[in-house]
Amino acid sequence: MRRRCTKSYLVQTHFIGKSGVNVDLDNLNSPKYNIPPEMQGQVAITSLDRIYNWGRRSSVWPLMFGLACCAIEMICTAASRYDLARFGMEIMRASPRQSDLMIIAGTVTKKMMPAIVRLYNQMPEPKYVLAMGACASGGGPFKEGYNVVSGVDRYIPVDVYVPGCPPTPQALLNGLMKVQEKIDGESIKKARWYQKGPDQVEIPVPMLGPDLIDPRKVDLITNNGKA
Amino acid sequence: MTTPVPAPTVPPASAGGPDLSARFPGVVSADTRPGCSGWIVEKDSLLEVATKLRDDLGYDYLSSVTGVDYLPEDKMEVVYHAYKTTGGAGIVFKVQAPRHDPVEVPSLVSIYPGAELQEREAWDLLGIKFIGHPDLRRILMWEGFAGHPLRKDWHEAYFEEESKPFKSRWPDGQIVQAESQNRFNDNIAYPPRFDPAHQTFDTESALYDALRTYQKEEIGLDTDHIIVNIGPQHPSTHGVFRVAVVLDGETIVSLKPVMGYLHRNHEKIGERNTYIMNMPYTDRLDYLASMSNNFGYALAVEKLMSIQPAERAEYIRVIMAELTRISNHLFLIGTLLNDLGAYFTPMLYALEERELILDIFEAVAGSRMMCNYFRFGGVARDLPDGTLQKIKDIAFERLPRKIDELDRFVSENEIVRSRCIGQGILTADDAIKYSTAGPLLRASGIPYDVRRADPYSIYERFEFEVCTRPNGDLYDRLMIRFDEIRQSIRIIQQAVKQVPEGPVTSMKPIYQVRVPPGEAYGRVEGPKGELGFYLVSNGKPNPWRYHVRAPSFINLTAFGPMCIGLKIADLVAILGSIDIVLGEVDR
Repeated sequence: MRRRCTKSYLVQTHFIGKSGVNVDLDNLNSPKYNIPPEMQGQVAITSLDRIYNWGRRSSVWPLMFGLACCAIEMICTAASRYDLARFGMEIMRASPRQSDLMIIAGTVTKKMMPAIVRLYNQMPEPKYVLAMGACASGGGPFKEGYNVVSGVDRYIPVDVYVPGCPPTPQALLNGLMKVQEKIDGESIKKARWYQKGPDQVEIPVPMLGPDLIDPRKVDLITNNGKA
Repeated sequence: MTTPVPAPTVPPASAGGPDLSARFPGVVSADTRPGCSGWIVEKDSLLEVATKLRDDLGYDYLSSVTGVDYLPEDKMEVVYHAYKTTGGAGIVFKVQAPRHDPVEVPSLVSIYPGAELQEREAWDLLGIKFIGHPDLRRILMWEGFAGHPLRKDWHEAYFEEESKPFKSRWPDGQIVQAESQNRFNDNIAYPPRFDPAHQTFDTESALYDALRTYQKEEIGLDTDHIIVNIGPQHPSTHGVFRVAVVLDGETIVSLKPVMGYLHRNHEKIGERNTYIMNMPYTDRLDYLASMSNNFGYALAVEKLMSIQPAERAEYIRVIMAELTRISNHLFLIGTLLNDLGAYFTPMLYALEERELILDIFEAVAGSRMMCNYFRFGGVARDLPDGTLQKIKDIAFERLPRKIDELDRFVSENEIVRSRCIGQGILTADDAIKYSTAGPLLRASGIPYDVRRADPYSIYERFEFEVCTRPNGDLYDRLMIRFDEIRQSIRIIQQAVKQVPEGPVTSMKPIYQVRVPPGEAYGRVEGPKGELGFYLVSNGKPNPWRYHVRAPSFINLTAFGPMCIGLKIADLVAILGSIDIVLGEVDR
């Protein structure tokens, strides 16, 4: 799978050992540029976007953050049989400041929603959100419950949805590969977090009143309440 | 739709046990409603009766406290299930109060401290005010939430009808999005003329006020006490659990668990569902032990329906429940060592074996974790070919060897021993007092196991020991899990040899079971302790009351007393050793 890139750069990399599993070495070693014979095999030519995205996709650090049943399958995915380390994702960070990917693994409740939005705001860009399972995607079997949010995407943007209740580790891995595909398609030139202006958009934290209150919808709540 | 069926004339179970109405004349009367048992105690004499029950009659273990809203009769009832830790059948007593606001009932916390969290839950969800409770705050919902959700006249934002299947969706099969029915296009509802822009909301100060009520010791330096919140997002809290502590230096002087961050409204949804619809929901209570949850619920409904499961199904149930116990304890050993600092390596050993058990579940039920395998009268389907052999291989060959290996790595480890021995002690008296159950109770030296104390299913046919450990410290709570895994393997070894041929269900699979009016309390020894399901039926297709006595929720009552006086770092280890699963704590 090749993507159009905006600019090509000469990148000198020393491939040591078996690193670079995701890079097509043959392709890199036979570029359209003339590489002097003595440097062949030591110099690879690729686009900055590709090498940059390759680095990012191979070290997506998820936030260590389990909500419910799906978290157990997330732990199983990280364990030996499914081995998340193959993707460079085994380092789950307990701090949102150090993580790139938030796996919403479980039912999102109203009581938990302010904390989730706060965690999301604390994650630095570039950040991704994966809604794991039926509950996180849309409320799932508990949708009718009075304390359940009908999908985390009502509050924070979601990149990948993984269906299942709970999704098997294979399904989660597939979802994570979709996140990687999304990363592959991004460009440094267009990425929002490299543009001028604030590097990330803060989402207003919901409040707990008589029910969950979304600050973005205060007008709607007031007007509909009058009716 | 089924029509209401008359109650069976068989069980006047208030006859079992001591006759309270003779003992307390004029104060206690037998519950004579159809299908019901137990004793109705006058509200004003509750404390006196409960004290005598505990001190004179030996019912020292208050298992479950819950409320029932009898809206048509305009009264609320609080139901207490008490047992003797020496074993035997329990006693049920109830208190009724008129359904005025506030509904007031005396608190039993002074007699049975294990009632603390359960009474708070009844206050939160049903609005029953327990007079004399030391810390009556909301527990699952937040302070300021509008209404008490489990009241029968309280409707959730997506309310459509009182009971399922909803007419809008069945039998015509229309698809109606719940959002489209709500004026905010979301799962929210507010009081009339609600104006959020001109209000402030305070959900936390009640918690901090409660935290500050502790005895300050006047010794040595006058130091500042600081409040630390751990969770709801914290790697050591096993999910979305929160602990608020007051620290004097590193020493914990006051602690309050804060829960409800995974409150998924099992009971409200369960009361809308038909009986069989609740089976998959029970999977999601304690999601590490779904088969055990199925077991408890199936027992409760079978008790109500007075049916007997098929013989082959009984054996399959026991095998599955014990496999669940093994996989749960393996997970606990892994996570507890995680909490102690052995990051993820012991977990890998434990999960390797757990995966093999999950393979069996996937083969029999089609799902690794959410098995949804039990049905009233049996199990959903027979074991597929070769599964029994797989179970035999695991139970006779692999698991005993691997458990010994893991045991050797852990129990002889110098760091584990010096970290755990003598830490986080729960004495036997406290363990009973706080209504703790399961391994937590047995690690404190109380040989109480529902499988032996009040046998259900076919556990009487198997030889196994009720494991106990004498000290009640962290190390004992860790090691008792190994002991119990070994006993479970022993039960499975006996069961797989004896599984008879035959049908796996004693009744034909039907969508709508006919449940006569009455009440039932089905309890099993789940991996985390006594898991009880309290059901009240009024003969309709859905339960009138569906309550889960969640062991890890009630075990948390002892969490605060265990931690106070210790260092903050011990809190993480103690919480890990209690073995909580948030799906069950918050329901």
